Amino acid sequence: MAKVLMKGNEAMALAAIKGGCDAFYGYPITPQNELPEYLSFHMQEHGKVFVQAESEVAAINMVYGAAGSGARVLTSSSSPGIALKQEGISYMAGSELPGVIINVMRGGPGLGGIQPSQADYNQITRGGGNGDYHILSYAPESLQETVDVIKESFAKSDYYRNPVMIAVDGLIGQMMEPIDVDRDVSIDISPKDKPWAATGESKKRGSRNKIVSLFLDPYDLENHNLKLQKKYNEMVEKEQRYEMINMEDAEIVIVAYGSMARITRSAIKELASEGIKVGLLRPISIWPFPEKAFDEIPESVHTLLTVEMSLGQMIQDVKLANNGRLPVEFYGRTGGVVPETSEIVEKVRQIVRGRK
Amino acid sequence: MKTKTVYKPTDGLTDKELSYCPGCTHGIIHKLVGEVLSEKELLGEAIGVASVGCSVMSYEFFNCDMQQAPHGRAPATATGIKRVKPDHTVFTYQGDGDLASIGMAEIVHAAHRGENITVIFVNNAIYGMTGGQMAPTTLIGQKTTTSPRGRDQALTGMPIRISEMLATIPGATYLERVSVHNPQHMKKAKKALEKAFDVQTKKQGFSLIEFISTCPVNWGLTPTESLTWAEDNMIPYYPLGVYKDATKGDDDHE
Repeated sequence: MAKVLMKGNEAMALAAIKGGCDAFYGYPITPQNELPEYLSFHMQEHGKVFVQAESEVAAINMVYGAAGSGARVLTSSSSPGIALKQEGISYMAGSELPGVIINVMRGGPGLGGIQPSQADYNQITRGGGNGDYHILSYAPESLQETVDVIKESFAKSDYYRNPVMIAVDGLIGQMMEPIDVDRDVSIDISPKDKPWAATGESKKRGSRNKIVSLFLDPYDLENHNLKLQKKYNEMVEKEQRYEMINMEDAEIVIVAYGSMARITRSAIKELASEGIKVGLLRPISIWPFPEKAFDEIPESVHTLLTVEMSLGQMIQDVKLANNGRLPVEFYGRTGGVVPETSEIVEKVRQIVRGRK
Repeated sequence: MKTKTVYKPTDGLTDKELSYCPGCTHGIIHKLVGEVLSEKELLGEAIGVASVGCSVMSYEFFNCDMQQAPHGRAPATATGIKRVKPDHTVFTYQGDGDLASIGMAEIVHAAHRGENITVIFVNNAIYGMTGGQMAPTTLIGQKTTTSPRGRDQALTGMPIRISEMLATIPGATYLERVSVHNPQHMKKAKKALEKAFDVQTKKQGFSLIEFISTCPVNWGLTPTESLTWAEDNMIPYYPLGVYKDATKGDDDHE
C-alpha cells in the first residue's frame, strides 16, 4: 500500500486492525477519541468486536475476559483513564494474559489537562497496579514507528503472555503524518495457538483451563512471581530498543523519547550550526529501559541531558543506567506545555557555558 | 444383586472439596448450577467467571473452563468473553458484596446492553469472606462487624433489591429470585436456572437468578437456624418470584 496521510489516533486504530486485533473495548477520553471512533466503524466492517464500555475499569476487564478466552484484544485511553485500568492490567500480568493498551498521554495529576504530556512515565514503567510485575512499553516518536510497533505488539504480547503498552503523548495522537500501514515489520504477526486459553472447549480439550491470579499459599505465590520474573528478565535481555543519533564526537548527549525526541532533533541541528556537537539517545522501549545504550556513549561526551514533558521521571532511569559515569542534567516542561526547540538549545548552551 | 443408582454427584462440579463453611448454602447452589450445566450438555463448552468473596475459588469447583475476575468486574469480564465467544455459554457467579456494591456499574450496564450471559447472584446479606461486614443487602437492624448496633437506615440507607432494580432495565430478559432453604424451593431454584440458561442458549439476552443464601458463621446462627432466619427475615424483604420475563412473546413464535 502506498503512503497515506493519517491522523495519529486513526493511524493507530488502523494499525491495530492490521496487527490482527479481534476486539476493542474502550471508554471515551480526550485526546484519544478518534481511535475508538475509527474502530467503531471499521471493526464491524471486518467482522470484529467493538464495545464502548461503561468505564475504563469495565473496559480493561472486558479486555481481561476476551484475552482469557484467547482473542487478540486492544484498549486505548489517556492518563487518568490508564490509572483506572491499572487494576485490570495487574490482573492480566498476574494471570499471564496478552493484550495491547494504547496510552495517549495528557497532563496530570488528577484530571490535569488535555494537552500533550509524558508525565505517565512512572505510571507505565513502575507498574501502576499492585504486585511485582512489568509491562513491555514502547514510546515511538513518529506515526510510522507507532504503526509498526502496534502491529508488532500483538505478537510480542502473545509471545510473552503479558500486556504491552504503547505510550504516545497527545501530540502524536493528534498530528498527521504520511504512513505505510502495510510496511513489513520484522516479527511474525500471525496469530498463534493459545493452548492455555479458557475458550469454552473443556470437552474437546479433555481438560479445564483456568485463568487466575490467586495463590493463597505464599510459597505458591512466590514461585508464580519467580516464574513471571523470568519473563521480565527475558524482556530486559531481548526487548531493549533504542536509537543513537549523531554520537560521533558528541560532547553532550540528550536522552529523550516520543515527541521530545523529535524536538531534540531540531535542537541538535541548530546547535551544530553553532559548533556544539550534541547526540541523541532515544529510548523506543521505556520498559525495559534501554540501559545497554549507555555503554555505547562515546568518550567524547562530558554531560547527559534528559529532556522530558514532565518534571523529571525518566531521569531516574537515566541516572541508574548512567551509574554515576557522567553528570546528568535535566530540562522539562509539564502540564501540557510542549517545549520549544529554542528552550532545549538554550539549556545546552548553558551547560556548555558552565564548563568554560 | 442388582444395584440401582438413585443419586450421584453431578459431573458439573469437580472433585475438589468445597471451601465453604459448614451449613452455608453456596454448596447447594453450586450443585444446582453444576447439574443444570451438565444436564443441558453445556458444560463442555461453557466459560464461567468467578468473582471475589466467598466464591472466589469457584473456578476450582465448576467443571468447565473458568476465569477469575477482579472484585465486582465479573459482568465486564463475561462481556469480554461473550463478545468473542458468542456461541459459548458464559456465566458469572457473584455474591452480594461483589455484585451489589463494588460491581454495581458492571451489572447494570451488562443488563442494559442485554449481554447474552447468565448471572448467578448469591445474596446472603453480608460480606462473608472478609468476616461479616455490612453489605448493601444487609437488612435494617441486622448486626454485622461494621454495623455493630444493627444497620441504621439513617446512616446507610435501605438494603438494595437487585432483581427489582434490574427489572426496570429494558435490556434484561429474565430475572428471578429464588431460595434454597428447603427442598421444594431447591427444585424451583433449579427450574429457574434451567430457564436462565435456556434464555442464553436461545440468544434471548441477559438473565440473572438471585439466590437467597445463608451465612451461619457470620450471622452467628446454626445452619438450621440460618435457614429459618433466611425464610423469616430475608424473604419478606426480598420476595421470591419472576421479576422479568421478556421471553414469553418469543416462545410463542418458536
